Amino acid sequence: MLQLRSVGMQFGAVEALQSVDLDLAPGEVVGLMGDNGAGKSTLLKIVAGNFAPTSGEVRLDKRAVELTPLSAREHGIEAVYQDLALCDNLSAAANVFLGRELSRRLLGVLPVLDHAAMRRRSAELFVELGSDTRPADLVRRMSGGQRQAVAIARARLSSPRLMLLDEPTAAISVRQIAEVLELIRGLRERGVCVLLISHRMSDVFAVADRVVVLRRGRKVADKATTDSSPEEVTALITGAIEAA
Amino acid sequence: MKSLRRTPQSLWVMLTVAALAGVMSLVSEPFASADNIFNVSRNFAFIGLVALGQTAVIATGGIDLSVGSVMGLSGIVTGLVLGSGQPLVLAAAAGLGCAFLCGLTNGALVGYLRLSPFVVTLGMLSVARSLALVISNNKMIHDFGPDEGLVLALGGGRFLGLANPVWLLLVAALGAAAWFRYSRLARHVLAVGGNENSTRLAGVPVARVKLTVYVLSSLLAGASAILMIGWLGAVTNALGQGYELRVIASAVIGGANLMGGEGGAFGAVAGAALIELIRNSLLLLGVDPYWQGAFVGGSIIVAMLVERVRRGSRTAG
Repeated sequence: MLQLRSVGMQFGAVEALQSVDLDLAPGEVVGLMGDNGAGKSTLLKIVAGNFAPTSGEVRLDKRAVELTPLSAREHGIEAVYQDLALCDNLSAAANVFLGRELSRRLLGVLPVLDHAAMRRRSAELFVELGSDTRPADLVRRMSGGQRQAVAIARARLSSPRLMLLDEPTAAISVRQIAEVLELIRGLRERGVCVLLISHRMSDVFAVADRVVVLRRGRKVADKATTDSSPEEVTALITGAIEAA
Repeated sequence: MKSLRRTPQSLWVMLTVAALAGVMSLVSEPFASADNIFNVSRNFAFIGLVALGQTAVIATGGIDLSVGSVMGLSGIVTGLVLGSGQPLVLAAAAGLGCAFLCGLTNGALVGYLRLSPFVVTLGMLSVARSLALVISNNKMIHDFGPDEGLVLALGGGRFLGLANPVWLLLVAALGAAAWFRYSRLARHVLAVGGNENSTRLAGVPVARVKLTVYVLSSLLAGASAILMIGWLGAVTNALGQGYELRVIASAVIGGANLMGGEGGAFGAVAGAALIELIRNSLLLLGVDPYWQGAFVGGSIIVAMLVERVRRGSRTAG
């Protein structure tokens, strides 16, 4: 579905990414790992359309594309960022539909918010994601796992093909981590491809089909999680093993 | 909007109003008289109307300190145009037009240039009052031309036992309540106050949302001023002086959160009612009117303390 071909990114004299190839297929969860500064965020931002690569190309369905944040969305790529970007004072449903509110016409003319439809659709999304989040609850009162569910449901609203999750399990409790991993499995079951950026080895090995390791802007590993081990990946991240 | 239903603050304020009214009618004979009730309700109608707009501004996390001065400018302009023999419709359009320009300036500076709402509207407080002085040449205007009867009837008249401004406030409050609950713009207003950055990321035109609330706030101030000159039968450039404090106090007491993201129409009206009731009670109880500022100002601070306590217990729970 999405392919990166010898993608490179230079910021002045700094080479954040060097000739990275990556293939993503529908219904696949790919864990993207690497130390701070290895190029994970740069790669994510290229796929989300925030950065245009300085060399190489991005292909969608075998055609080269130049992504912008808007066109990435139109192509079905949605990113969920670490800080989640939710409005604490609004309900889960209001957050899911923020900026894309559903309305109906009162007496055929006056546009009014269709609260019932938005709650119903959010409830469906939460059920799909296997989350216990209730649409009318305020985000302020939610757990970290429920917040993730809201952010993911918002991204799911447009039925994306590829979801980019940036550190979804950072700073939440163990039980909530299990919830978030369940959300990711739910996405895979629906044929969505997930690119999961994470520092947590156990999470990547729990849900990812494949693990990609970046070190100093180069891809040093790209293999099925079943053929690898946390020890090997740790060694790849730190440079104890050159490549695998 | 959700926050109105979940936040019982407007309800608490209404209960306080009812309780205070109950106590006052026992201890003070003139309080429950038809005349006094009529006066109190009319007085808070002018403030309540402006507080509705202020609530929208505060819900975005902003503040509009210029409303009192905008009232002064709109009142003077309307009075002058009336005095020059023009019909009320034209005069009102001129007054509201000035208010619109003030709001547009506030909103553009806050929304698009991202200047601090406090500083921008504090500047406008001074500019609009000064313009009112310049235009009126510091003279009182009491000749309202051929439409004088109409102006006096609009702001000073009554209908079914209630002052006309009270009816207008009721209509405006119901409209504002529906607006808060059902309009996309109001949803965005609350979202901006909740998390401006995430609202921008969600594709909401944040600057335009802010511009709109400052324009609304100014327009309501202008409308209130037009009603007020009809009630007073004259206008000076001091019209609305110091009203920003009462307006902001009404909104805040009614549950508008100065940090943004919360506020509702009924809260603003209930807050305005409570403040006017306190003022009236103090007068009837023979407290020196010099004390009024202390009570109004103190009530803002108390409302913020109550909010802090509620919020604190909410995070703890």
